Amino acid sequence: MNRNVQLLWNGLIPENPIFRLALSMCPAVAVTTSVENGLMLGLAVIFVQVFSSCTVAMFRSYIHPRIRIPAYVIVIALWVTVIDMILPVISPDVYKKVELFVKLIVVFAIIISRLELFASKEPLVPSFFDGLGMGLGFLLGLVVTGAIRELLGTGRIFGFEVLDSGPLLIMILPAGGFFVIGFIMAAFNYIEYKITGKIPTSGGAH
Amino acid sequence: MKKTRFSRATAILGTLVLLTLLCVNFSEAALSGSFKKDNEITISFGTPVDEAWAKNTANYNVFQKTDPDIRVPVESVTLDSRKTSADLKFQDPLNLSSEYTVEAKDVLSEGKTLGKLEFSVKKSQAQILFTILLGAMLINNFVFTKYLGLCIFFGVSQKKDTAIGMGITFTLVMVLSAIFCWAIYTYILKALQLQFLQIIVFIGTVAIFVQAMDTILRKVNPFLFKKLGVYLVLIVTNCIILAVPLINVDSGYGLFESMTEGLGAGVGFALALFLMACVREKLELCRVPAVFKGLPIAFVVAGMFALAFLGFSGLSIF
Repeated sequence: MNRNVQLLWNGLIPENPIFRLALSMCPAVAVTTSVENGLMLGLAVIFVQVFSSCTVAMFRSYIHPRIRIPAYVIVIALWVTVIDMILPVISPDVYKKVELFVKLIVVFAIIISRLELFASKEPLVPSFFDGLGMGLGFLLGLVVTGAIRELLGTGRIFGFEVLDSGPLLIMILPAGGFFVIGFIMAAFNYIEYKITGKIPTSGGAH
Repeated sequence: MKKTRFSRATAILGTLVLLTLLCVNFSEAALSGSFKKDNEITISFGTPVDEAWAKNTANYNVFQKTDPDIRVPVESVTLDSRKTSADLKFQDPLNLSSEYTVEAKDVLSEGKTLGKLEFSVKKSQAQILFTILLGAMLINNFVFTKYLGLCIFFGVSQKKDTAIGMGITFTLVMVLSAIFCWAIYTYILKALQLQFLQIIVFIGTVAIFVQAMDTILRKVNPFLFKKLGVYLVLIVTNCIILAVPLINVDSGYGLFESMTEGLGAGVGFALALFLMACVREKLELCRVPAVFKGLPIAFVVAGMFALAFLGFSGLSIF
C-alpha cells in the first residue's frame, strides 16, 4: 500500500508531468486562461490516463511488443472518444472552450509515455495509482498555471472578484502562458537547488 | 533585325490579349460586385447613374444568396466621382465567405430607367484560399497563438540545421496527410455516418501514413531519408498534425481549402521553428541565470515571439 501512495506523490511533485518532465506542454499553455478550463481538461486527462493505464496493464501480456505503439494509440483514442462524448453533456459551456484539446489528448506525450514506461510492465493496481498520480500532477499543473493567469489577467478566480487592481492583460494573451510556465519551471528548479544543492537539467521536452 | 520584329510582334500580340482580357473583365464587372471591407460592397453600374436615385438606400435589396428572405439593411451609399460605381455601407460586418446578391431597383441613368439590375458579390476561390493560408501561417500561427506542437517546437529548435530539416519534412507530411484525412472523412466516415470515430481514424491515418513515408523514402531515396528520416518518426507526436484535420472538418473545408490549411500550418510551424532556433543558438553564448537554463528561458523567449506575432492579428488583405 505504501508503494501506491509513493506512486501518487511521485506523479504529483517529483515527476510533475508539466513542470518537471516537460511533457504535454501545449494544453498547459493553451487552455489555462482560467482555472475552470484547466480543471476541465485536467479531469479529462485523469480519466483517459487512468483508464488507458488500466486497460494496457490488464492486456499487457496479449500486446505484441512490435505493435505496441499503435496498440497504445488505439487504446488512448478509444478512451478519448468516450470522454469526448461525456464532457459536452456534463458542462457544455466549458467544453466548447477546450473542445479541440480534449480531442487532442490522443497525442499528449504524457499518456503514451506512462503506458510505455510503466503500465506495460506492471500489474493493474500499481498502474492505476501511477496513472492517477500522473493525472493529478497534470491537473495540478493546469490549475496552478490557470490560477496565476486568471488572477493576474482578470483579477478573479473562478469568476469571483479577488484583486482590486487593474487587469494585466498580457497574462490572458498567448504570450502570458509562455511567461508563466517559464517562471514556474525556474521556480521548481530553484526549490530543487535549495534542497539538493545542484541545478537539475530540465526534462527532454517531447 | 528579325529578332526585333519578332519581339515587336509579340509585344503587340500581348497588348491585344491584355486589352481583350480587360474588356472581358469590364463587361463582367457590370453585373458583379466585390467586397471592399468587411462591411462594404462596391458595385459598378457601367454607365453614370442619377445621384439622387443612387443615394436612396431603399432602392437596394441585399441578401445572402442562400436565404433571400433575410434582407441586410444598407446604411449609406457613396458614389464615386464618375457616378458609375457605388459603395454600399452596412451596419454589421458581412460574412465574407458566403455569396451575396445586390438588387438595384429602377436604375436611373441619364434620365432613362434601366429597370432592375442584379449583382452577385462573392470572394473568388483564390481569395478564400489566400485568406486561409495567411490565417494558418501568420495570424493564427499554430505555435504562437494556438499553442500546438510545442513539444516538438522546444525539442528540435536547438540548431538551425535540424530546424530547417524538421520544418521541410513537417510541411510535406502535413499537406499530404491533410488531403488523406479529408478524403477519408468525406468518402468513408461521412458516407457511413461514422463521424464520431474521427479521432481514432485520423490518428490511425496519420500514423500509417508516416510509417509508409518512412518505408517508401528508405527504398526510393536513401539520401533524402538520411536527411529527413529522423524527423519523420517524431512527427506522429506533433499535435498540429491531428489538429489540422479536426479543424478542417469543423470548418467544413473542401479539398483545396484543407490542403491550403495544411500548407499554411506547415509553413507557419517551419517559420516558428527557424526563428526560435536562431535565437536559441545565440542564447547558448549568453549568461543566463542558472535556474533559467534550458527550457525555462526557451519559454520566456517563446512568449516574446508570441507578443510579436500578436501584431499580425487583424491583418486582412481582402
